[in-house]
Amino acid sequence: MSTNSSEIRYLTPPSVEVKKKKYCRFKKNGIKYVDYKDPEFLKKFLNEQGKILPRRITGTSLKYQRKVSQAIKRSRMIALLPYVTDLLK
Amino acid sequence: MLNQYETVFITTPVLSDAQMKEAVGKFKDLITSNGCELIHEENWGLKKLAYPIQKKSTGFYQLLEFKADPAFIGKLETEFRRDERIIRFITVKLEKYAAEYAEKRRKKVNAKTQSEN
Repeated sequence: MSTNSSEIRYLTPPSVEVKKKKYCRFKKNGIKYVDYKDPEFLKKFLNEQGKILPRRITGTSLKYQRKVSQAIKRSRMIALLPYVTDLLK
Repeated sequence: MLNQYETVFITTPVLSDAQMKEAVGKFKDLITSNGCELIHEENWGLKKLAYPIQKKSTGFYQLLEFKADPAFIGKLETEFRRDERIIRFITVKLEKYAAEYAEKRRKKVNAKTQSEN
């Protein structure tokens, strides 16, 4: 047992990724309405430049992605969120 | 048929506090005098804008919530456009879930103001 030749040894051990399942936070928390007056919350769905993140990253369901994007656009209209920027957050 | 609406508008930071109150009062009067029911108002005070509007980087935010006839909204919006103290406005119709949310928010704000007093 001291010489275990069959065991493959790596220089850098391969990271065993446990994929976390994405979920829609609105469905999970039972949020029915996305408020455009709350920029801090909406910032979770924006990237550094203030662009809306795609569903494939945030995991939001289509129904709520539409509402989120609508809310973000309204929020931009009343200058709570920027249209374009660098280093948001 | 009355619908529930809410409107957020931004007044110029050039105004004094009293002038700003006067401008807000004008729109409140406009709402109530047209047979509409003012449900809630909220003053967010002077806030920084995310981007400059008319070369101004701050503005007074005001939220009004009311029940009104759809025909009134057009009137209200022309009034907003005519008033040069208003730099930005948005009027949104509140559907079922939005109204629920607004009610919750109202209760929260009321509780806060009461605890402050």
